[in-house]
Amino acid sequence: MAKVIEGLYYSESHEYVKVEGNIGYIGITDYAQHALGNVVYVDLPDVDDEVTAGEEFGAVESVKAASDIISPVSGTIVEVNEALDDEPELLNKDPWENWIIKVELSDKGELDALMDAKAYEAFCENA
Amino acid sequence: MKQTCLYEKHVALGALISPFGGFEMPIQYAGITPEHMAVREKVGVFDVSHMGEVTVKGKDAERYVQHIFTNDIAGAPVGKIYYGMMCYENGGTVDDLLVYKMGENDFFLVINAANIDKDWAWMQENAKGFDIDLQNRSDFYGQIAVQGPDAEKTVEQVLGLKCSELVFYTVKTIGDVIVSRTGYTGEDGFEIYASHAYIQECWDKLIAAGVQPCGLGCRDTLRFEVGLPLYGDELSADITPIMAGLGIFVKLDKQEFIGKEALAKQKSEGPAKKIVGIELADKAIPRHGYPVLNMQGETIGEVTTGYHTLSTDKSVCMALIDAQYAKLDTEVQIQIRKKVFPGKTVKKQFYNKSYKK
Repeated sequence: MAKVIEGLYYSESHEYVKVEGNIGYIGITDYAQHALGNVVYVDLPDVDDEVTAGEEFGAVESVKAASDIISPVSGTIVEVNEALDDEPELLNKDPWENWIIKVELSDKGELDALMDAKAYEAFCENA
Repeated sequence: MKQTCLYEKHVALGALISPFGGFEMPIQYAGITPEHMAVREKVGVFDVSHMGEVTVKGKDAERYVQHIFTNDIAGAPVGKIYYGMMCYENGGTVDDLLVYKMGENDFFLVINAANIDKDWAWMQENAKGFDIDLQNRSDFYGQIAVQGPDAEKTVEQVLGLKCSELVFYTVKTIGDVIVSRTGYTGEDGFEIYASHAYIQECWDKLIAAGVQPCGLGCRDTLRFEVGLPLYGDELSADITPIMAGLGIFVKLDKQEFIGKEALAKQKSEGPAKKIVGIELADKAIPRHGYPVLNMQGETIGEVTTGYHTLSTDKSVCMALIDAQYAKLDTEVQIQIRKKVFPGKTVKKQFYNKSYKK
């Protein structure tokens, strides 16, 4: 699996945003799923909830620990990946295909504060 | 931060290393789940060299152990092992430990890594007036635990240590090597105490024979599933053995031991708080410190250890809650981040032990 994907935006807390028009798909990176180990539960938010850049909107749990998922951008949740309720391990299998929430972005300018693939790859190497 | 005599080997095996009890310890190698299952289904080996060892010898050794220990070792045969606690005068727990009777007036005490300094000070402080030779041997002994249904075969064939005649909670020595049929996983297994060089040799042989190295991650999930307490979670200076439901290891009919009066009083009056098991209907995972609520939403306690159990696929926890809610099948709730999840109290053994008694 690709360690990083070109064209996505990345946060220092290892979430990504894939942008299509005004919509952002938010998930956790391959580095994050690997560091967590077997994901056994995903605490998902609800559709229509507001998310704020830099604030947590849910959690991913491995056997040992719970890790907050921090939203890299602000906006309104338009869809939640319900498949993760029954199959949380999808985040281990392919975190790029299995985004967690789909958000209508309220400020695309926030994307400028995030890393591109190259910067994120370097960030992980130094982590 | 200390390292055990096997530290370099853990690094070479690519273990995830984290601090625990003052030591840099391996948390996992292959992952908590495969390591957990290896112990339940076959065999795994743990580095538990961080554990502390204290020897008590001399004329008053038995009387001294009886004084600091809640269980009753009177008349014990040589080779027998007892589990119990050391308590403060107020009944709070100093530590939980194993007492090995190695000979007449010759005992080997195994204590928790995080408590070595505190326990050692406590033991010395309470040794006044006893004619004993008390030694902290924690830096001398390395220790491994070989655990799982194939443990006996593995210890005999790979390590060449004859152990099949040992029954659960007994010990023997083979030269300078101490071998006991004990563990912290709910499975059959052995713990081996010896010099660093010998323990390193054992570890290499076991790994070469294909035995799964297991970290503290699965040690915790394994002990939790069978309801064994961990000092710091289910026992502490504030949590007595009576509150923890471990009264069976507190022999109140014994003549004397530190904390006896307070524990007898607590037992007869009933403790204000108790450790219980809670099972959630949902898959969300209760973690240490999360609040437990009654159905009116008032806080009645907190989670001490919680997991989504690997063997039964359920979200369960142990929690310290007000005693009035401790009855089995009582409806309670647990707050997990922003949400509240319903559950009920259950027996705090989530998976059946399979010891070889």
